[in-house]
Parts: sequence; structure tokens; C-alpha cells
Amino acid sequence: MGALDALKGFKVTFKQIFEPRVTSSYPDEKRPKPPRFHGRHVLNRYEDGMEKCIGCELCAGVCPADCIYVRGADNPPDHPVSPGERYGFVYEINYLRCIHCDLCVEACPTQAITESKLFEFSFTDRNDAIYTKAELVVRDDGKPQQLPWEDWREGDDLLTSGWMRATSPAGVADQEGRRHWSGELGYGSRAPERGQSGLDPAEASPSLELRKEEAAKIPVRFGGRAR
Amino acid sequence: MTTAVPMTPRIALVTSDPVFAHGVDLTAVLIVVVKVLLAFGLLLVSVILMIWFERKLISDMQNRIGPNRAGPWGLLQTLADGTKLLLKEDLLPERADRVVYRLAPFLAAIPAFLIFTIVPIGGAVHILGHTTLLQVADPPIGILFLLAMSGVGVYGLMLAGWASGSKYPLLGAVRASAQMVSYEAALGLSVVAVVLVTGSLTTSGIVGSQAPHVWNWNVIRLGIVPFVVFLIAATAELNRPPFDLAEGDSELVGGFHTEYTSWLFSMFYLAEFMNTISWSAIMVTLFFGGPDGPVFHVPVLNFLMPIAWFAVKTFAFLFLYVWFRAALPRFRYDQLMNLGWRYLIPISLGWLLVVAGFQISLAVGAATFGAAVLVALVLPRAFAVGKARHEESGGHDFDRVGG
Repeated sequence: MGALDALKGFKVTFKQIFEPRVTSSYPDEKRPKPPRFHGRHVLNRYEDGMEKCIGCELCAGVCPADCIYVRGADNPPDHPVSPGERYGFVYEINYLRCIHCDLCVEACPTQAITESKLFEFSFTDRNDAIYTKAELVVRDDGKPQQLPWEDWREGDDLLTSGWMRATSPAGVADQEGRRHWSGELGYGSRAPERGQSGLDPAEASPSLELRKEEAAKIPVRFGGRAR
Repeated sequence: MTTAVPMTPRIALVTSDPVFAHGVDLTAVLIVVVKVLLAFGLLLVSVILMIWFERKLISDMQNRIGPNRAGPWGLLQTLADGTKLLLKEDLLPERADRVVYRLAPFLAAIPAFLIFTIVPIGGAVHILGHTTLLQVADPPIGILFLLAMSGVGVYGLMLAGWASGSKYPLLGAVRASAQMVSYEAALGLSVVAVVLVTGSLTTSGIVGSQAPHVWNWNVIRLGIVPFVVFLIAATAELNRPPFDLAEGDSELVGGFHTEYTSWLFSMFYLAEFMNTISWSAIMVTLFFGGPDGPVFHVPVLNFLMPIAWFAVKTFAFLFLYVWFRAALPRFRYDQLMNLGWRYLIPISLGWLLVVAGFQISLAVGAATFGAAVLVALVLPRAFAVGKARHEESGGHDFDRVGG
């Protein structure tokens, strides 16, 4: 610890001026979301257009925030809504209560409810916070509906019907290289995720090298290095 | 550049500006008024740019992007913030002293501008048959005026903290005034060294005596020590990092201006940045030859050359202040007092003696220097011995936090 050590801070801070930025200019551009992202829910349908929900209320039962309200009803014999005996007659999620824990998704026996990657839905009316079945159910092409106050960006509406077990199956702590995603409409099953073993230390902890790598993906006008 | 122009004595007390050389007439007064307005405008624009520059540079140094929404490169961010600030409600705390509470921001902001008025930003110019210096005022007591104004500035902070009727502002004000008063001693002593060598109290005289060579600049002529002491003391005087204990966001919320809102708060903010610019300009004046610098002869634009030199030098100090903020953590209160009283004041006092010695003759100077080195070697040892004895006898240090 010499007297000149106090000056090292000046060198470090000065050097930073010429380093690339990795700040994302959020509203202008968005970073890709992680595959397991928990956004707002969607109610999925089969390829023939039938709804997957059978009105069993397991999701409502498991919900710790008590934000789901479901009422099941018998399928009308001439125009069945779902392939089984019953269907979700009323389905409402209150997003002022939902904590996006994904337990409803795990509880669902038919994979009817999954979470999309949309989290930017700033409704300005408390009534808009309650999403009804008409709003939650996916369109005919399997993609989520867009409500007026929702900010969907390109790619956000992809891969929304799959779900992944949040906890490891009993006895198997190591999930590396295993397929845990349910099959998805139009996408099939996703590739197993890479684990953390054998990870290069430089990659595992944030460092200047990693920052440079990240900066290479960010356009110059936002402070990065990608041209 | 020293002005030996005959003047009416009454005017000479206030200014030695050659514009009044032939008495006071309407044009001369108009020129002075225009100069005041120009200086004020210049300072305000510089403040706006400085705030933007500080935010941009500090974010560069912290690997952030900084303001980039309002205007190109976020240049208009300060204007946007200022407009928002002015549109806010003007709150008066219930327990505040009404008059003093409203007076304090002005006591902080006005001296900040007045300091800038004595800074020469260029050489003399000829306009409308008059010759005038590119500085608002050139009082014969310029340096005393500077010290007086920096002293008055303390009242602004002190009274703001006291008049708020709240504990955090009071603590911030106590810190600010204690700090500014302690560092004013070291500041004054290093200025005395400048005055001793230049033999003038006017800023124009000080600048004039440093021309025409870089080797003649006070920073070199005095040995670098008075400049370093002045720089540190001025930073403390400005309450800028690493001496920003008076604001101490993490412990004092915002320091002396915690209770202030809207227009009155913006006055403090303005004062802070005006002071930063003013003191940078003062440092350029006292130690770096002011607008002095190699002049390339360009027709018509010749008079701009000194201004450019002045601007470049001042900018270098502004950069340095932001750099301080990025690189140095805030001092603890006892560290601050230690640095001021135990190091800066003895060093500047000793160096002043050495400078005085060299003014007499080389031999006396060398002898003083030798004596100073000897004392500098013996004193720390004496401190260490005394401290060891004190600890041996089971003595307790004073409460470092409470002072």
C-alpha cells in the first residue's frame, strides 16, 4: 500500500470512458427474454381449435395469491368447447394479485394454462386487471391475443404454450441435459438447457471480457459495439 | 497587463478597469452593464453545460450511458430538469424561519457569481472608443474580495441549514461551515504565496505577472505545493466530492438543502455549479496564467485566442473535479479535519516561509527550505512518539464520529 495507490482509482475510472457500454436502452430496444420467463398467462387450445381447459379448478386451488377464479360447466353435446366432459365456463385471472409463481401451470393436468413472455401490460383501469377467458384464450393460430394496453414486441408471442417443471422431479437434483419442457403447439419440444458444470469461470462470473462480448451484441447508437 | 492608467480615486477603489480612465460617461456605464449581463449569461450557460457534462462524464467513468433523452446527447436535460424544478410547489417547512429560509439560497448563489466577476477571461478589447478588460470588475483588492465572497458563501449554507428547522439540514450545515472555515485557512495561505510573488492583489495584476512564458506561471514559479494545497482546499470549499460531507446523501439525506424545493433549491444547485466553475477559473487565474498562452496570429479573431486558452484551462479543472467525484470515496469527518489542520495548514504555512525566504535571497531561501525539510522529517516522528505514549498511558482517543 503505497501513497500512489490512492491514484489507481483515477486510472481505473479514466479507462472506463473508453470501455463499451452494456446498458440496454430499455424502451427503445429489449433484450431477449430467458426461456423460462414468467409473463402473463395464456389459455391454450388444441390444434383442432378445442380448448384445453377442462374446468377442474386445480389452478385456482393451488394459487397462493388466490387470483384465479374458475367455474366449470358440462360441455354442450352439439358444440363441445373442450374434448372432455367439462370445460372452463368462466376463467378469470386478477393481475393485481398474481405473483407469476407458475404453480397454476404446474398444477394443470391438460397444460391448458401456460405463461407467455409478456410482462409489459400497464392497464390504467382496475377492471382491466381482471383478464377474462375471452382475453386469455389464444387466437386460432395459437398465438396470444393482444389487448390495447399490452406492449408485445416481435418474438414475445412465440413459444408461449410450453411449460417446464419449476422444481426437480423427486430424487433427481441434477437436471442437466434432460428434457423438461412439455411439447408445444407448432414448436415441438425444446432442446435441453445447458447446465452450469464445466462452465468456464470467465463465463460464469461477470468480467470485463464478458462485458466486451455482451457489448458486441448491442448497437453502437446505444453505446455498444455492434455495427 | 497591469493598468497604470490615472483614474478618479473614488472609482479606483472599486475597479481599475481602463474603461473609466477618462471619467464616467454613459457609454462606459453601458459597457459595464453589458459586461455584467454577458458574464451572468455566460456563467448560466456554462452551468447548464457543466451539469450536463458532469452527468455525462461521470456516467462514462462508471460505465453508464447518462442522460440521452432530452435533445441531442441529452444536452437539454438540464433545461428539462430546471423547468420541472421551477414548476414544483414551493414548500416552506412549518418550523422554518421564514425570512432567513428564503434569504439563504441568495446568500449562496450571489457570492458564487461575484467570484466569477473578478476573473479575467481575456485581454483588453477596444470597443466604441473605449478600452476595457474582459472581466466584469477588477478591484484593487481582488484577492481579498475573493476570500470575502467565499466566506459569505458559507453563510448561505449555514443559514439554510439553521433556518430549515430540521435536524439533517442542521447537521449538514454544521459540517459545511466547520469544513469551509477550516479549509479557508489553508486556502488563504496558499493564496498569500501567490500574492507574495506577484506583488499584486488584483487579478489582472496576477495574470499579468505570469506572462509571457509557461515557466513564469505561478504553479511552477511557486513550486507545485501551493497549487496542490489550493486545489484540495478549493475542493473542500466547494463541498464537492470527496469532501461532500455537507451533502452526505447516504447519512444526511441531502445535507443543508434537504428541506428546500423548487426555485429555492435550484438556487443552491446553481450556486454549487457556479462555484465549481468560478473556482476553476480562479485556479486558472492564480496558478495557470489565466488567459495567457501561445498566441497564433489570426486576423480579426486575434482577441479570441486568450479566451480560448482560458476556456481550455478552466475546462481541464472542471474535468478534474468530475474525475475526483468518480475516483475518490467520501472522506470521513475526522479524516477531513485531520487533512485540513494537520497536513494542509502546516504544509502551506511552511511553504509560504520558504517562498518568502527565496524572495529575500537565494541563501535565505535555501536555508528556510532546509529548515522546513528538517521540521517535516522530525514532526511526524514527534507525533508518533506522542501518540505511543498517549496509548501506553491508556488514554482514549476522542470520539471519532462525534468529533
